[in-house]
Amino acid sequence: LAVLHVHQSFACLLQTNIQSDCRWYSVSHLSVKERIEKKRKAAQMGGGQKRIDAQHQRGKLTARERVELLLDPESFVETDMFVEHRCSDFGMEQDANKFPGDSVVTGRGRINGRLVYVFSQDFTVFGGSLSGAHAQKICKIMDQALTVGAPVIGLNDSGGARIQEGVESLAGYADIFLVHPSDLPHHGSLCILTHLMLCLQDTSYLFITGPDVVKSVTNEDVTQEELGGAKTHTAVSGVAHRAFENDVEALLYLRDFFNFLPLSNQDPAPIRECQDPSDRLVKSLDTVVPFESTKAYDMLDIIHAIVDEGDFFEIMPTYAKNIVVGFARMNGRTVGIVGNQPKVASGCLDINSSVKGARFVRFCDAFNIPIITFVDVPGFLPGTAQEYGGIIRHGAKLLFAFAEATVPKITIITRKAYGGAYDVMSSKHLRGDMNYAWPTAEVAVMGAKGAVQIIFRGKENQAEAEAEYVEKFANPFPAAVRGFVDDIIEPATTRKRICRDLEVLASKKQVNPWKKHANIPL
Amino acid sequence: MGIQTVAVHSDVDSNAVHVKMADEAVCVGPAPTSKSYLNMDAIMDAIRLTGAQAVHPGYGFLSENKDFAKRLAAVGVTFIGPDTHAIQAMGDKIESKLIAKAAKVNTIPGFDGVVKTAEDAVKIAQQIGYPVMIKASAGGGGKGMRIAWNDEETREGFRFSSQEAASSFGDDRLLIEKYIDNPRHIEIQVLADKHGNVLWLNERECSIQRRNQKVVEEAPSMFLDADTRRVMGEQAVQLAKAVKYSSAGTVEFLVDSKKNFYFLEMNTRLQVEHPVTECITGLDLVEQMIRIAKGYQLQQKQEDIPINGWAIESRVYAEDPFKSFGLPSIGRLSQYQEPLKLSHVRVDSGIEEGSDINIYYDPMISKLVTYGATRAEALARMEDALDNYVIRGVTHNIPLLREIITHPRFVSGDISTNFLPEVYPEGFKGHHLDEDRCRELLASAAALHVTSQLYSHKILGTQRVSSAPMDQNNWELCVELGQELHDIEISKSGNSYIVKVDGGQVEVCGDWNLASPLLPLTINGTCRMLQCLSKESSGNIVLQYMGTLFKVRVLSKLTAKLNSYMPEKVSEDTSSILRSPMPGTVVAMSVKPGDTVADGQEICVIEAMKMQNSLTAVKQAKVKSVHCQPGETVGEGDLLVELE
Repeated sequence: LAVLHVHQSFACLLQTNIQSDCRWYSVSHLSVKERIEKKRKAAQMGGGQKRIDAQHQRGKLTARERVELLLDPESFVETDMFVEHRCSDFGMEQDANKFPGDSVVTGRGRINGRLVYVFSQDFTVFGGSLSGAHAQKICKIMDQALTVGAPVIGLNDSGGARIQEGVESLAGYADIFLVHPSDLPHHGSLCILTHLMLCLQDTSYLFITGPDVVKSVTNEDVTQEELGGAKTHTAVSGVAHRAFENDVEALLYLRDFFNFLPLSNQDPAPIRECQDPSDRLVKSLDTVVPFESTKAYDMLDIIHAIVDEGDFFEIMPTYAKNIVVGFARMNGRTVGIVGNQPKVASGCLDINSSVKGARFVRFCDAFNIPIITFVDVPGFLPGTAQEYGGIIRHGAKLLFAFAEATVPKITIITRKAYGGAYDVMSSKHLRGDMNYAWPTAEVAVMGAKGAVQIIFRGKENQAEAEAEYVEKFANPFPAAVRGFVDDIIEPATTRKRICRDLEVLASKKQVNPWKKHANIPL
Repeated sequence: MGIQTVAVHSDVDSNAVHVKMADEAVCVGPAPTSKSYLNMDAIMDAIRLTGAQAVHPGYGFLSENKDFAKRLAAVGVTFIGPDTHAIQAMGDKIESKLIAKAAKVNTIPGFDGVVKTAEDAVKIAQQIGYPVMIKASAGGGGKGMRIAWNDEETREGFRFSSQEAASSFGDDRLLIEKYIDNPRHIEIQVLADKHGNVLWLNERECSIQRRNQKVVEEAPSMFLDADTRRVMGEQAVQLAKAVKYSSAGTVEFLVDSKKNFYFLEMNTRLQVEHPVTECITGLDLVEQMIRIAKGYQLQQKQEDIPINGWAIESRVYAEDPFKSFGLPSIGRLSQYQEPLKLSHVRVDSGIEEGSDINIYYDPMISKLVTYGATRAEALARMEDALDNYVIRGVTHNIPLLREIITHPRFVSGDISTNFLPEVYPEGFKGHHLDEDRCRELLASAAALHVTSQLYSHKILGTQRVSSAPMDQNNWELCVELGQELHDIEISKSGNSYIVKVDGGQVEVCGDWNLASPLLPLTINGTCRMLQCLSKESSGNIVLQYMGTLFKVRVLSKLTAKLNSYMPEKVSEDTSSILRSPMPGTVVAMSVKPGDTVADGQEICVIEAMKMQNSLTAVKQAKVKSVHCQPGETVGEGDLLVELE
């Protein structure tokens, strides 16, 4: 393992320095000061200049550079700079193999003035591997974050557990993973499980077992990139939420993204000053839905046109593209947006899009972020692949998530709202606060053609019956007369109405009946 | 005029502006023009259905179609335009020239036939007057064309051309014609009623063209003096009278550098560029056409026709001016604001925010017309209007239009139909920033970046954990423009920023509304209208400045330093893949997998907006795979063919 190879000249230097320090130690207090300085300097250098250069050559930043980029200038307050690992096997006990701060940098700082705790794994020290001390450092800031109600951001760059430490490092893993999801108010996390995971194209890999193990166990040939690269996790597995080109881009985006989120689940969604008029009429929406109901359009056109300054931070943009989810602001207030995407697979709900949507809705509900839902859904995707895969179970997750959410929920039906999928998409029946239909809305059990084929099976005059069905059901009236939509609105006024409703719904209080925890159909 | 109107439209246009403006609308068929706007049966049905009494045919489509006019006449519906005889006479290029000659209108002198000896050629050339153009009659276009300025050159031209005529075409005939140097396209608007009264409404200068399509037009022309104008006007009237013309029409002339003018053709319809004539004469041409069609006499006399000030028209197209001065682009106008808040601006458009620009029709967005007491005033207003025009969602030609109207040659009136290829021999590359403008752009981008950073701190309301205030007033930034990095120091006081960049200092003031597409700034005391097209978290900003889009990246100094460690993105090798340069339909695919193509060999043909574009290989290679078929619709950037 390369990580064991400590740069020799540096290690020697360190040793002699320490020896000379020891001589001075007993004599004067100044020497303690000097030792402190030396340790601090050593901590700043992580695994030494050569490893820092190697990190740069790989197109990666060091742990400290990442922290510096992520946080406001001069806001970082570091903790546990002097912590060292405690392993005494395989020669690890030598001074040459001790690095002040070990393989992780921890502390707190500010992003756009807002408090955040952060840990950043240092690949230059033992490949960023996780030791007992490393885990302890992370747990410490997590505990602190919990007490003040601030988020934790983890910047991960690690080869895994430190093999020399054996079981202690595994215990460290357990500590972190246990602390992470259940105990903490919230994290935006750069690289491990938790609420949101962002990763880097070409340099991020994540897998349970690497390509070599895969080859030996299943005889499957696969590259690192194919198995657990950014593309795999953002487009195929749905493990990661968004990928970025490199460290710098990821951290800059993370700073902006952080602004959408409350500091904890105890805080309301943040409101930023807004220069975009809340009563702005969006004329382009009047023509966005095509006349032919079979023709696609881009739901993102609607979202970008409605939200403040067209600023939409999409989550999982390359996974299950038939549903669009992400964060935006309405009159300055953060909202979560869910929309069917007619451009992809007609915007139908399938297993992946249901799970993607459900996860997002629950994120919003957990962090007091109102949910705006744009509906144009022709139904659930039929077929054996979907049924065998458990579409009923997975579709229920989205239904469950919307039903259980107590944050303000505003729904706009832009076109099709057919059958069970209509119910699922934050309908009135799932306690939607305001449900609107555009004049182009069709709330029905299914499309006219399919319906007529069933009702008038084997009969003639199907075209006539179809026309009648269209006349009766392919419009917003059936839902409106029953009160399933609160109003039929001109598309151009949608932004204005949502902003006004959010104002009122800000004080919404809704409590679900007590239970130990809900039983979402996992 | 109190006339009720009916609009005809195709499927895809059912939401179009003209449909909304009309009292009634009838759909005449699906998107392709042959099935809708050119479908006479459907239009005749629409007329019957609505009981329309008259039809205005507009500019294109059926406006010069005599059969359509005949069919209307047969059912007693008025065609708002000239009668079929005039359409027919002027519709035929050869016949129209003969009629013009007979009406004593200047035509291009020339000779088409067998020339026996060089001396005969010289004799003909002398009759015509130098310079002359010599070429083989059978050769199309400008192929094998030689220009002779004197007897000697004529003899030489005769030798080459007759050899070529015999060897390449097996046809001895030669064409010797007056060569028009630095030709200008100047046209005379005429207006004639059914009672024999004909007026000329002055000229329009339409020399700025690309691929024989006009781009910028103006009235009057800087080039004409009152006498030439009068003679041209009178000849145009003679021609109109010769064919018993009624309604509005246009007589096009080519004018050489000596102000000799020659008849080109007559358009028997309203011209796209008619607004500039309306602006300087105060006449509403469409109103006049309707009055004339109704049989009224013209109310004006020739001496009533004024030239009031100056008017300029820019044709705003959805096209990419960086590719052959304009290849069509399609898309949805996600944001669209016409500069109508400015005075003396007229915008004729058929689209609005949310409209689709599709591949079926001409990609014109609008005709932007400005006018003023003088040409300089009209030009200054045009510059402002172009800067204030917000078009998002499609690529447009405003960068090119703005460069044309501010180019010293255009401003001084030194133009010809070769203006674009002469001024931009390497193709249009956008506005070239001089040192000062470059500094201004960098300073504006830096100030915009800082504004948006400050904005990110403005979280309202109280949070449980208080925020640290933003008390920074000075920033060190690094701005990337093109391949170059510029260090910038910027400090803020109130709404203005003092920016130190490249050894100079720039003061940038503005109200900094980040939600508005327009970014009005005062830079070193001068008002400039910039537009911000996008601003990303990564520091990438796209600004429209001087009409052209510039991509910049603004980073803090620290970020820029760390960014230098980031690997460069490898761009794909484009020599072995062929992508569609524009959206359109594949009309022909000349290769199949396994074929070997030579450098420059045609691979396929894409048709978009009535234009066929041949796409060729840039190297010799074997075709690896073909990703499209004839008849298929492709988008811009779609992969068509892969080479090995």
